[in-house]
Amino acid sequence: MNSLAYLRCLAAKFLNRSQTDDDLEDELRSHIQHRADDLERSGLNRAQAERRARVEFGGYGRFKEESHEALGGIFFETLVQDVRLALRVLRKSPGFATAALVTLALAIGANAVVFGISNGLILRPLNVPQAETLWGTVYGEDYGWQSYPNYVDLRDRNRSFEDLAAFTFAFVGLNTGKDPSVTTGFATSGNYFDVLRIKPYLGRVFHSSDEHGPNSAPYLVLSYAYWHSHFQDDQGVVGRVVRLNNHPFTILGVTPLGFRGTIAFISPDFFMPLVNQEQVNPEHPLNARGDTGGIFETLGHLKPGVTPAQAVADLNAVGAYLAKTYPKEFGQKTSTLAHSGLTAFTHPARAFVAGLMLLSGLILLAACANLGSLFAAHTADRSREVALRLALGSSRKRILRQLFTEAVLISLAGGAIGLWGSVGLLRSLSTWQPFPGAPVHLPVTPDARIYVVALALALLSGFLFGIVPVRQVLRTDPYEIVKSGSAAIGLRRISVRDLLLVVQIAICGVLVTSSMVGVRGLVRSLHSKLGFEPRNTMLAGTDLTMAGYSMDRVPAMQKRMIEALQTIPGVEGAGLVTNYPPLVYTAGIRANIFKEETTDLRQSNIAASPYKYDISPGYFDAAATRLLAGRSFSWHDDQNAPRVAIVNREFAARMFGSADGALGRYYKLQDGTRVQVVGIVENGKYVSLTEEQQPAMFLSFLQSPLSKSSVVLRSHRDPRELAAAIRSKLHELDSGLPVDTETWNSLLSVVLFPSRVATMSLGVLGAMGALLSITGVFGMAAYSVSKRLKELGIRMALGARRQELLQAALGRAFKLLAWGSGAGLCLGILASRVLASIVYQATPRDPLVLTGVVLAMALLGLLATWIPAQRVLSLDPMTLLREE
Amino acid sequence: MSPQAQLLPGTLDLLILKAVSLGPLHGYGVLLRIGQISEQALLIEQGALYPALFRLVRQGLLKASWGTSENNRRAKFYELTAAGRRRLREETDGWNRLATAIGSALAAQPEEV
Repeated sequence: MNSLAYLRCLAAKFLNRSQTDDDLEDELRSHIQHRADDLERSGLNRAQAERRARVEFGGYGRFKEESHEALGGIFFETLVQDVRLALRVLRKSPGFATAALVTLALAIGANAVVFGISNGLILRPLNVPQAETLWGTVYGEDYGWQSYPNYVDLRDRNRSFEDLAAFTFAFVGLNTGKDPSVTTGFATSGNYFDVLRIKPYLGRVFHSSDEHGPNSAPYLVLSYAYWHSHFQDDQGVVGRVVRLNNHPFTILGVTPLGFRGTIAFISPDFFMPLVNQEQVNPEHPLNARGDTGGIFETLGHLKPGVTPAQAVADLNAVGAYLAKTYPKEFGQKTSTLAHSGLTAFTHPARAFVAGLMLLSGLILLAACANLGSLFAAHTADRSREVALRLALGSSRKRILRQLFTEAVLISLAGGAIGLWGSVGLLRSLSTWQPFPGAPVHLPVTPDARIYVVALALALLSGFLFGIVPVRQVLRTDPYEIVKSGSAAIGLRRISVRDLLLVVQIAICGVLVTSSMVGVRGLVRSLHSKLGFEPRNTMLAGTDLTMAGYSMDRVPAMQKRMIEALQTIPGVEGAGLVTNYPPLVYTAGIRANIFKEETTDLRQSNIAASPYKYDISPGYFDAAATRLLAGRSFSWHDDQNAPRVAIVNREFAARMFGSADGALGRYYKLQDGTRVQVVGIVENGKYVSLTEEQQPAMFLSFLQSPLSKSSVVLRSHRDPRELAAAIRSKLHELDSGLPVDTETWNSLLSVVLFPSRVATMSLGVLGAMGALLSITGVFGMAAYSVSKRLKELGIRMALGARRQELLQAALGRAFKLLAWGSGAGLCLGILASRVLASIVYQATPRDPLVLTGVVLAMALLGLLATWIPAQRVLSLDPMTLLREE
Repeated sequence: MSPQAQLLPGTLDLLILKAVSLGPLHGYGVLLRIGQISEQALLIEQGALYPALFRLVRQGLLKASWGTSENNRRAKFYELTAAGRRRLREETDGWNRLATAIGSALAAQPEEV
C-alpha cells in the first residue's frame, strides 16, 4: 500500500485537494449551523435543531461530491480513487487478477516479440547514412550480378547509380600469429565504403584507387566487434600484417561500431578487396565472366531523381548488352531492385513475419475475448455492489469509468510484464549465434518503438475487454438486484460471454491447428527423401592448397587420403566429394549443359543447369545413395579416360525423356566436352529441403580436380572417437594439413534452421493458444458451477445421478468448446495458404493433423473442466443448503 | 404555507444570481433570500445550492470570500462579478421574453385564433 499512499499524497499536493476539501466541508457545516440557529430560535433545543438541519440539507455526501465536480479539475482525483478501488477489488479476487495478468502478459509479450523481429528485420533500415536511397540488385531468382567482369561492366555502363559497389562472402582462416581461426568476412569492391559513405573508426578504409588488377590490394579492414573481441581494442593494430589462408594482408583500419555490413542478419568479421578474393577463394577466378558465384550482391545509391523503375530498366538494358556481347558466358535474367539489407531475402522474410504477426494478432484477440468473458463474469459477480452504488446515487457513467480504470490497470500491468519478458527475449535473440562459426546475427535489439507498440497494444486490449460488461452495467436495475440477489441474471440465454468463448476457442483452434501443421511439416522434411542417408556419417574436410599442394599433386593425395581413412577400424565406406556434399552450407554449384547436337554454346541454348558434384569411387556407397542403373565410377575414370557422368533421375528425365533411355547417351558441358551418362542414381535434395526436384550430375573427381574436398565416412562408431581417428590418420599422411571433422547430420542443421525456427515459433504460439483456451473454458465452467451450486445441491438432494449433474453443470461448456473447436479447425484449414509461406510442406488436409487437433481440443476441454467437475461431484447437498 | 413549485431546470442559477445581486450573501443567506423574494413559492433542496454556487464561481460569475455572518459565525460570502451582472441582465431579459411568450400563448382564447 505504500505506493498508494505516495500516489495519494502526490495527487493531493498536485491538486491541493485537502485544502479545497476542508474549505468545502467548512462551508457546508456553516450552512447547517446557520439553519440550526434559525430552528433553535423557533423553539427547538440545540441538539434537535442540528439534527433537523442535517436532515433538511439532504444527501450530504452526494452534494459534497457534486460540489467537488462543479469545482472542476477532478479528473486525476477520480482517477486516483478509481485506481485505489480497482486495486482493492483485484486484491480481493486474486484468481481473476492472476488469470488476467498472465493472459495479457503472454499475449502482449508475444506480439511485442514479433514486432521486435519485424522491426529489426524489415522496418529498420541498414545502419548506414541515407539508407533510403540505397538499393541492391536482385538478379532473377538469385542474388547480385554473378561475376566480377559483369559487375565492372554494370558499374561503368549504368546511368542510374551514383556509383555501384559489390560484395561477396569470404570464408577464410585468419592467422594473427597466435590464434588461427576460421572467420567470415566480406570481399568487397574497392569503392564499397565510399559508396556506403562509411568513415573508419580507426586508421583508414580501402578505396578504388588501391586496386590495380588481381591480387593487387592485400588489405584488410576489421569490423569493430571483431577488433574488440580478437584484438582487445588495440589501437596499434593498424599496419599489422596477418595471414588469410597463408597470404599476408595488411590491416588498414577498423569500421565504426554500428556498421555491420550490408546484410541485415550477418555481421562480417572483416572486409577485404574483391580483387584479392582469388587468393582465399581459388574456385572463383576474378576474371571468369561465366562464374555464377563470383559476386553476391551489387548495391549503390540511386542518383537524385532516378526512380527504381527507371534504374531497373537501365540494369536490364546493360544485361541485354552483356548477353549479346558475351553469349557464351552471360545468360540474361530480369534484374530487380530491393532495399539493401534483405534484398533477395525480402520476400521470404516478409512472408514469415507477416505470418507470425497474423498468428500473434490472433493470440491477442483470443486473449481479449478470454478476458472479456472473465471480466463480464467478474462484473456479474459484483452486480450487487453496482446496484447498491446506483441506488446510493452514483451515476452509471461513474461506474463504467471505474470498470474501465480496472480494465486498463490490468492491461497496463499485464503489458508491462509481457514487455519485460519480450525485451529480455529479444536481447538474448540478438546475441544468439545459431551456428557456431558463422556470424549470423539477428538485428532485433529492442528500441523505443517496441515500448510504444506494447503500450498501445495494452491500452487497446484494455478497452477491448473493458467494453464487454458495459451493456451489463447499463441494464442493471438496482431495485431488482438488491431485492433478489445477483443470481437473478439469467443463465439460460445465449450471452455475450458464450459468444466470446466460442470466438476465443475458435481462434485457439486455429493456432493449435497451425502448430500441428507446422510440426508435421518439420517431421516430414526430416523424413523426406534426401537422396542420401546422413545418419552414421562423418565428413572430413580438407583444403590441400592450405598445406601448399600444387594442383597436379592434389588428386593423388586425395586418393591416398581416402585409402588411409578406409583402413580405420569400423569404417564401412569412404568416398570423396570436392567442395561440400549436398545440403551442406547451402553451397550448390550449378553447371550449364547442352544437348549433344548443340554446336553454338551460347547461354540461350542451355538445355539445363544441374547441380554438379565431383566424386570419387565409393562415394555413393558411403553416402548410401542408391544406384538405379548403370555403374558407379572406378579409379580408371581419370584424365586419360573418356569423360563420363552419373546423373539423377530428374536429369535423365529432363534431358533424355526417360530414366531408362539416358544410359549410354551423351551431352555437352559449357567448355564443349562430350560426356557419356554411365549411371543413374536416385533423386535427392541438394541445396535446400524446400526446393523443387532439381537435376544433378556427378562427375569423376579425377577428371576435374579441386583442392577442397570432403571425405564421407560411413561408420557406426562414436563420432568423437571417429573424429580423433580421422585426425591421427591424416596427420600420419601430412602433419601440416588442417582437417575439419563434423557429422553430416549436424551440418544439416543449417539447412533445417528456417523450418526449425518456424516450427518453434508456431509451436510456442500454439501452446499459448492451448493455454488460453484452457483458462477460457475453465473460467466459464468454474463460474457456471459456482453460480448454480444451490440448484445442483437441490438436484442432488432430490436424487439426481452424478452423470446428470455433470451434464447439467458442464454440458454447456462442452457444447461451446465443440462449436469453437469446429470453427477453429475449419478456419485453420482455410488458413493453409498462409501457413505454407512459413512452414515447408504445410498441408492441413492431413488426417493425422485433423485427428490431432480434435484430440488436443477434447483433451484441453477435459483438462479445463476437471476441477469444476470435481467440485460438482464432491457437493454435499446438506451443507450447501444449510449455508445458502 | 402556499403550495411550492418545482424549479425548472436551469433556473436555479438565475435565481442565485438575482439573490446575490441584491447584496453579498453566504450560502444559507442565498437560500433565505430566494425564499423571501419568491414569497416561499419555490422549493429548493438545501444541499443542491452548493454545486450550483461552485459552478457559478468557476464560470467567473460570482466571487467568494470568507467573512463573519450576522450570527457571528464564519461563513463564505458570495457577490456578483461584472460578468455575473451582465449574465444576470441577459438571462433576465431572456426569461422575461420567454415568460411573456408562454404567458400570451397560454392566455389565447378560441375567438382570437
